[in-house]
Amino acid sequence: MKGMTLVVQNIARVVVGFVMVYGLYITLSGHTSPGGGFAGAVVIMAGIVMLVLAFGGDRAHELVAEYRCQGWSGLGALGFVLVALAGFLRGGWFVNAVPKADSELYGSGSILVADAFVCLLVATGLVGVFLALIAGTRETMHLGRKGKT
Amino acid sequence: MIDLFILLLIGFMLVAGLIAVESSDLLSAVIAIGAAGFALCVIDLLLGAPDLAFPQVVVEVITLVLLIRMIMTRHDTARQTPRDTLRTAVALLCGGIFVVAVFLAAGGAGGEGALPPFGEPVLARAPEAGVSAGYLEGTADDTGARNAVMGILFDYRGYDTLGESTVIFVAVLGAYVVLRRVGRKRQGKEAAP
Repeated sequence: MKGMTLVVQNIARVVVGFVMVYGLYITLSGHTSPGGGFAGAVVIMAGIVMLVLAFGGDRAHELVAEYRCQGWSGLGALGFVLVALAGFLRGGWFVNAVPKADSELYGSGSILVADAFVCLLVATGLVGVFLALIAGTRETMHLGRKGKT
Repeated sequence: MIDLFILLLIGFMLVAGLIAVESSDLLSAVIAIGAAGFALCVIDLLLGAPDLAFPQVVVEVITLVLLIRMIMTRHDTARQTPRDTLRTAVALLCGGIFVVAVFLAAGGAGGEGALPPFGEPVLARAPEAGVSAGYLEGTADDTGARNAVMGILFDYRGYDTLGESTVIFVAVLGAYVVLRRVGRKRQGKEAAP
């Protein structure tokens, strides 16, 4: 899949930082404002999709293979289960293991950690599926020039 | 007033869905799907669920961009499926039965409805207001989360969220299995590096 013009590439390069920061903000402030892990992950995934559409699937596949995304996604799932298991330190399944503090960021204990892991799971998983879809279109649907295979 | 607006939006979604199914042009079908999704976002916002509306908006935008990108590069239109009278009749019959069931469940024909009235869920009703009211009162103290939705999703009902993310994880794994390139390459070219 070929990339787009230089204008689109430069605008994507400028905007993607803001998109990523906004996604992280939504993820990490899920317990104080609407949002959370799923929403932030989707925003981060939108930023990466914008990059891939602007710079082309070939360049994206040179940078990252989709099975790497699979590994990160599995790490997110494992971390979420570990957050659940860490509750046994304080008494039971999914009990808030981190002591609550009077703080804006980590005031709600393990909700923040679980949010971050869910964000990792969903964002990397969806990006991996998107990369795999792009790879499929490159081979079968003749988008742009032919691939290396 | 807000109920009327929500009903209007639901009607809009129905029309958009019909256009998406019946249209012979792929581009207009995709745009109709997007319109239905954005109407759903507005319904979420009207019902006071910004947590739900926000990911919905982003997912709608992404799917719209991806589908339009696919369609603009494919240059073909959907094949017209021939009309089947029997299938249409069965679909209409099932739809009619569903509508009648909902009408009776809501207490339409003068009887006692099984469904609670709109905006008053069963868990929040006065005599047995145990679960819902307890969650709403205790979220700030129990979990420290100011957003009650997050407090319920990741603390009280964390097990549900674990199942939810398991569903996403398994769906992603299934997509990898269907779409992977690595296995396909090895099968096709044994000698290639």
